[in-house]
Amino acid sequence: MTSIARSEGLPYDPTAPLSPSGNLRRRLIVSRIAQVTAIAAAFIAVAALALVTFDVIKAGASALRIGFLIHDPPQFGGTGGGIRSDIVGTAIIVAMAGVMAVPVAVLIAIYMSEFAGPKSRIANALRLGLDLMQGIPSIVIGLFVLGLIVQPLHKDSGFAGSVALAIIMVPLVARSTQEVLRLVPLSLREASDALGVDRWRSILRVTLPAALGGIITGSILAVARAAGETAPLLVADSTFGPHLTFNWFGPMPNVPVSILIASDSLNPAAFPRAWGAALVLLALILLANIGARLLYARSRRKLAG
Amino acid sequence: MSASAARKNRVKAFIADRRATERSRGDQILRALCIGAGLLAAAVLVEIAYQIISGAAPAISKFGLGFLWHSEWAPNLNEFGAGVPLYGTAVTSVLAMLIAVPLSLAIALYLAMLAPGPVRAAVGPLVEMLAAIPSVILGFWGLIYLAPYVHTHVEPFLHDTLGFLGIFGAPQTTGLSTFTAGLILTVMIVPIIASLSRDLFLTVPRELTEGAEALGATRWEVIRGVVLPSTISGVAAATTLGLGRALGESIAVLSVIGTAAQIHKSVFETGNTMAARIANDIQYPVSKLQVHSIFYLALILLVFGIATNLLARAVARRYDIHRAF
Repeated sequence: MTSIARSEGLPYDPTAPLSPSGNLRRRLIVSRIAQVTAIAAAFIAVAALALVTFDVIKAGASALRIGFLIHDPPQFGGTGGGIRSDIVGTAIIVAMAGVMAVPVAVLIAIYMSEFAGPKSRIANALRLGLDLMQGIPSIVIGLFVLGLIVQPLHKDSGFAGSVALAIIMVPLVARSTQEVLRLVPLSLREASDALGVDRWRSILRVTLPAALGGIITGSILAVARAAGETAPLLVADSTFGPHLTFNWFGPMPNVPVSILIASDSLNPAAFPRAWGAALVLLALILLANIGARLLYARSRRKLAG
Repeated sequence: MSASAARKNRVKAFIADRRATERSRGDQILRALCIGAGLLAAAVLVEIAYQIISGAAPAISKFGLGFLWHSEWAPNLNEFGAGVPLYGTAVTSVLAMLIAVPLSLAIALYLAMLAPGPVRAAVGPLVEMLAAIPSVILGFWGLIYLAPYVHTHVEPFLHDTLGFLGIFGAPQTTGLSTFTAGLILTVMIVPIIASLSRDLFLTVPRELTEGAEALGATRWEVIRGVVLPSTISGVAAATTLGLGRALGESIAVLSVIGTAAQIHKSVFETGNTMAARIANDIQYPVSKLQVHSIFYLALILLVFGIATNLLARAVARRYDIHRAF
């Protein structure tokens, strides 16, 4: 990037220093400043992640003791106890949401990438619909479920929460599935065609298995996202007791709303348990994210050959 | 270029071929299932709009459009208006965008253009993982750690240096404020805008950037002269999507904004946003009309969500950017 400095109109001076001067020097300084700014910005983002994670670990570690995961919260709030019922509730709600969302999302993705042509109107409409669905604030989805399920049944339920989370998950899973289906080599499909295999068979036996790693990755990421969603559950499933329950159609304890209620109460006695819950939740979500990324990198490499 | 065109032609011929072949029963069933799934998604969308509108209908007929600027929210007087949370939503979102857009673009440029390979492979996922932190944890963290810090360090500084602007008033008793909410929103939307923009910057053809470098352009001049102009519409779309997220975030904002009942000029005082107002009031509504008014707020949010999304699509499509969207 350096060049020989010389002033306009003067003959070339071989003894002039080889460092930039004048205009070029100014341009290089500006460029250097821009680069340093960019590095600083990246550092700020990583620092924010580190700071939040560190603070949550620091505050949560003191709450984590043996039994934190296998005891229920105390009956009337206050200190002590664990988060067993919350964890079980969140697991059930999120798992059922996944059971509802993943098949629908994968079918939509299959339609868009396997059945519809490149200029298909239906596929375009579906894409628009998924985009819009993803753009709806989660609290609005919560209110939708409130009107659709909670109000008619007159009670909060894990079921209502699952439906809301499923709506959040569908566009995420559909998009990632579509992306990975696009990576499956055309030659695989053509080979299957050449053997006279029916299309549905070749989709189920050739295309989907080849894309399975990516589909699982997308589903894990969507589940991780849903596990931390609070707003829909606050609306649809927040009037639960401290006890362990497996009744999906009744109010179910769950981690995010418990954290919110504890932090909202401004009663510091409830904080340690909330921090412990936050730590468990954050650890699970970040681990799921890292795991999904590794899995995706692997299956991508495999598809690329 | 030609390879991808050839591939496209192959895909076209392939699909036409498949159309021509007779469909077996299994094909028909799978196709019907797929279409059924699509219809289900469409039905859910319509049903969402219907539920929100019908839930809001009584409030709409009582307050009309005046709801939008009426600034009273008094459940015991049965008076409701969206003025305060609308204002708060605008201020927090503007604050967040002012900080987040330059920051995310700088991050995206670093990841796409400047970072050496291993750093890029490590930092990119880390930035994206910032988006994975649940909003409730971010809100709790903001309440316990960020707000006190902002209160004791950032607010006095901004008040002393920029206090003449009026919006940076004297620090209040706690750090719960519109300003803190804006910061939390920044943390939430930076990863979104940054990762979308990075993907866009990576699609800028190497011939262009290398050509500029061969002509003697510095790194910054390549970015300003080639990379940004050729991706500006995509960046605008990514920014709009980030804005949509900021407008609709409820839980994290609820934790740190202090749920004010009236508009404060200073961003260091408490405020309120529509999503936070919904999340706060839906827990203990005192009257039917309050629930309907909450649905009215949700309807406004729904319109915002759809509008930002359509806007982002329109911007991206207008300049024919199909790369990241």
